Amino acid sequence: MARVVVDVMLKPEILDPQGKAVLGAFGRLGFDGVASVRQGKRFEIELDGEATPEAVAEIERAAATLLANPVIEDFTVHVEAGV
Amino acid sequence: MRIGVVTFPGSLDDRDAARAVRVAGGEAVSLWHGDADLHGVDGVVLPGGFSYGDYLRCGAIARFAPVMERVVDAARGGLPVLGICNGFQILCESHLLPGALIRNDHRKFVCRDQPLRVESVSTAWTSGYAAGQEIVIPLKNGEGGYVADERMLDELEAEGRVVLRYVGDNPNGSYRDIAGVTNARGNVVGLMPHPEHAVESLTGPGTDGLGFFTSVLEGLVRS
Repeated sequence: MARVVVDVMLKPEILDPQGKAVLGAFGRLGFDGVASVRQGKRFEIELDGEATPEAVAEIERAAATLLANPVIEDFTVHVEAGV
Repeated sequence: MRIGVVTFPGSLDDRDAARAVRVAGGEAVSLWHGDADLHGVDGVVLPGGFSYGDYLRCGAIARFAPVMERVVDAARGGLPVLGICNGFQILCESHLLPGALIRNDHRKFVCRDQPLRVESVSTAWTSGYAAGQEIVIPLKNGEGGYVADERMLDELEAEGRVVLRYVGDNPNGSYRDIAGVTNARGNVVGLMPHPEHAVESLTGPGTDGLGFFTSVLEGLVRS
């Protein structure tokens, strides 16, 4: 078993209203010193077997096809160690 | 003329869309998300709602429904396809239309009668309007902010593919006040406002939305 993690973030030039809402809440709650917040998504994917290069490439295809919309989002894929 | 209306799990406005087709003089054909063919329809409407609960991203799961494979193929072959609200989001996720819809910039759901300007009448769904005509139809969305990169926005403007623009206050942060766009061929149109809710004066702000449905029916008759 291995775990592959896909992190999806809106591209920097795309407005993130949810991140702005969190930033506003920080201010109201007194969490100071925060300049900006961007909110993304994290997918934890458990593989049946080992994280071979082929298995990770398959997850990268899945990320580009389904998990992220490349028009507005960037994604990164990494294998989580010690799972 | 037979216009198919697709029902996905979570569609809301499929019945209103079918009714709009009938009010315009067409025959409405119910299509199911699991259908493997389009039952010989002459056009397709993807209605508003929250397909698959809007999980992941609006329209992201619906894009891979069996019926959408047929819709994408047929649209590339010239079949008229109209995506309203969630249907617009599905068309963008399917890459039949450029850009994407994100959460409204003010973070609130908006529901109001929305003034719009018809910018392009060179599409299957707007040929019955006059260029520059102002219309009022309902708008109701939480994630209706139209975004695309600058290059694509310039391309859309240069090719006359901005179909509708918001008039007055921008209701959701859409870039360049864009409310609806079309593909290069003009057979696929997506818009956030709801023309199917403005086809009878008893239940809508007027009948300004009817032109979408009469346009496609008249176009089909001519061809």
